Amino acid sequence: MPNQPILEHLWIIPLLPLLGAAINGLLGVKWPNKIVNTVALFATGLSFAAALEAVREFVTYVAPTGQLFRKEFFDWIFTGAAAGDFRVGFDLQMDQLTVVMVLVVTGVGFLIHIYSTGYMAHEGGYYRFFSYLNLFMFFMLILVLAANYVLLFVGWEGVGLSSYLLIGFYFLKKSASDAGKKAFIVNRIGDFGFMLGMFLLFRTFHTLDFSQLFAAVEKSGWAQESWGVFGTFTVASLLLFMGATGKSAQLPLYVWLPDAMEGPTPVSALIHAATMVTAGVYVVARSHILFQHSETALVVVAVVGCATAFFAATIGLVQTDIKRVLAYSTVSQLGYMFLACGVGAFSAGIFHLMTHAFFKALLFLAAGSVIHAMGGEQDMRHMGGLRTSIKYTFATMFIATLAIAGIPPLAGFFSKDSILLSTYEIPGGHPLYFVGLLTALLTAFYMFRLVFLTFWGKPRFDQHHVHVHESPWSMLGPLVVLAVLSVIGGWVAAPALWGGKDYFTGFLAPVFGAGEGVHPIDEVAAHNLELTLALVAVITALIGIAVAFWLYVRQPKRPEELANSMQPVYKTLLNKYYVDELYAAAVVRPLVWISDHVLWKIVDVEAIDGTVNGIAQGATAVGDSVRHTQSGNARSYASWVVVGALIVIAILFWPTIRPMIGTVTK
Amino acid sequence: MVPTQYYLVLSAILFGLGVVAFVFRRNIITIFMSIELMLNAVNLSFVAFSQAMPAANNHKLDGQIFVLFVIVVAAAEAAVGLGIIIVTARNRQSLNVERVNLLKL
Repeated sequence: MPNQPILEHLWIIPLLPLLGAAINGLLGVKWPNKIVNTVALFATGLSFAAALEAVREFVTYVAPTGQLFRKEFFDWIFTGAAAGDFRVGFDLQMDQLTVVMVLVVTGVGFLIHIYSTGYMAHEGGYYRFFSYLNLFMFFMLILVLAANYVLLFVGWEGVGLSSYLLIGFYFLKKSASDAGKKAFIVNRIGDFGFMLGMFLLFRTFHTLDFSQLFAAVEKSGWAQESWGVFGTFTVASLLLFMGATGKSAQLPLYVWLPDAMEGPTPVSALIHAATMVTAGVYVVARSHILFQHSETALVVVAVVGCATAFFAATIGLVQTDIKRVLAYSTVSQLGYMFLACGVGAFSAGIFHLMTHAFFKALLFLAAGSVIHAMGGEQDMRHMGGLRTSIKYTFATMFIATLAIAGIPPLAGFFSKDSILLSTYEIPGGHPLYFVGLLTALLTAFYMFRLVFLTFWGKPRFDQHHVHVHESPWSMLGPLVVLAVLSVIGGWVAAPALWGGKDYFTGFLAPVFGAGEGVHPIDEVAAHNLELTLALVAVITALIGIAVAFWLYVRQPKRPEELANSMQPVYKTLLNKYYVDELYAAAVVRPLVWISDHVLWKIVDVEAIDGTVNGIAQGATAVGDSVRHTQSGNARSYASWVVVGALIVIAILFWPTIRPMIGTVTK
Repeated sequence: MVPTQYYLVLSAILFGLGVVAFVFRRNIITIFMSIELMLNAVNLSFVAFSQAMPAANNHKLDGQIFVLFVIVVAAAEAAVGLGIIIVTARNRQSLNVERVNLLKL
């Protein structure tokens, strides 16, 4: 259609960042920073513009028809009927869910690119950084635009690769390269499940294309598998969810995310807070039809999400590294999103994904600005009193903190509120609701602990050595934009509070269908419940803030006394429940032992090297013994000729000789 | 007429003597003579087969012609071989073949 130029060429959105990555990666070594960041910014900026135009075209022309936009560009894998008619195309699609994801990825990604031009200005490997960052954008856009699981998996693995490259950006630092490897390996475990899930789906439905697969599921008329039944849907959903726990850092595979903070701060903001780690939530939401067919899978998703949210929040209470607090907070908030998906409120989960992308990206970028101002210091115990010296950073970070704590009318309040409401409303959801509420309390506490430790009190650093300075506008600009988004981002769902329409859920309704969530019979009672729960959530958040204020501003000595009086609890939390140590003892060390004692010293040295060396030694030994025949003596050669001639004659006349031997022996 | 087998047996005996002499004698001249003996043993079987062939056969004379070739080649070989022997004898002051062991790399 002529009036949908970008939508008809949807590939252009992911291709632009790929071009940027290729240009900078191949040619950028000798270029000055100015050219490198111009290329990178143009690539992402144009991609964002193209995404906006594509969304406009989608909303104007396609959405009213109730269809999704889908286009096949070329066949990638096509096996023919002999091999099960397996077709995977480079097919891209756009529906309401994709709209949200594409805008978040390109929009927040663009802002973080701008921020990076300032933040990375004094770092080595400038071109490498932007090349990787653009590559990440490419894969992430493939992930969200893909119209089948295999193409999605390409993006899925690609973002894993970019994440690995960027975590290990300072690869000369051992901890950074270790963290990169840890992230990559832990993700492999989840991906293993993801692939098995895809295999099972293909075996059952003979397609991995979203539209065909979901249509086939609905047409098959298979009933929902109830609790404890492990049918196709339950197993496939749980396997996909296993992939999601790896990518989105949920229990038990969350361990890589806190370590991933070794990467540069813009990377933490873009990949490990706003976009890549939400890919798991996206996959669960995208596969909601499968999950809805299995009660077990939904319960598992909800419980894992809820447990992760609480677990990570408790660890976040005592961490002292500013980025690590935010990392655990990210794990916790991702848990919230899975909780929402698990209780069937997919649009609430995606809503929280969006608002979280705004305020968590802002928190990370502001934290980066603080670190920048402190000259590289990340330990909050050595900060304090920064409120007056870096005003803009403080203001924007304070807004983000209010947002994540769930104070109205900021974005976090609406998304968190709709998740808690959905959790409260489903049968048997009350325990999950209370854990969620408790997590909200902890969230408010540790986030304000972070802010109070950083910005209030007396400076706890040597003011003669550290010259606190505000960041350049290339860094502050994105902070301001994100702050605005963190404030207004939730308003699309706001009217629901006073009985109006939730525009966000309404927008996503074509994707998640009318079957989502609970439809209360008594509108008035439901509305009153909603208001009550919102009030409870706000009061909880305020309690958390008040406790943090009392402990860290009013009586700065108290936290230490408290920690001393509860030594075992404090130690456990500080050491993150010893999970890393547990994994090291249960998985890493046995694996290293087997690799060392069996694979290396037996299989490699004995079997493989042994075979090769044995063959060589055998050849040497044979040569050694045979070389004596070459004496240089003409008569011995002649003897060998005679022996050879006799053998040849014996073979030639064997048929004649044999019966003779027979007669002799008889 | 003498049966062909007689010639062949004689030829085999001569050839065998040549082989044994070649392998076991040490004097180069003797070895050289044993080579001649083997060549002539083969010549003998050539002419024997030629004689045994029916007169009408087109290839009746092939064996005899072959013998002429062998004699020519043997004469040439004798010339070259005796030359080598003389050189060897001058260099080593000996005709013992055990002392000639340069046929190796």
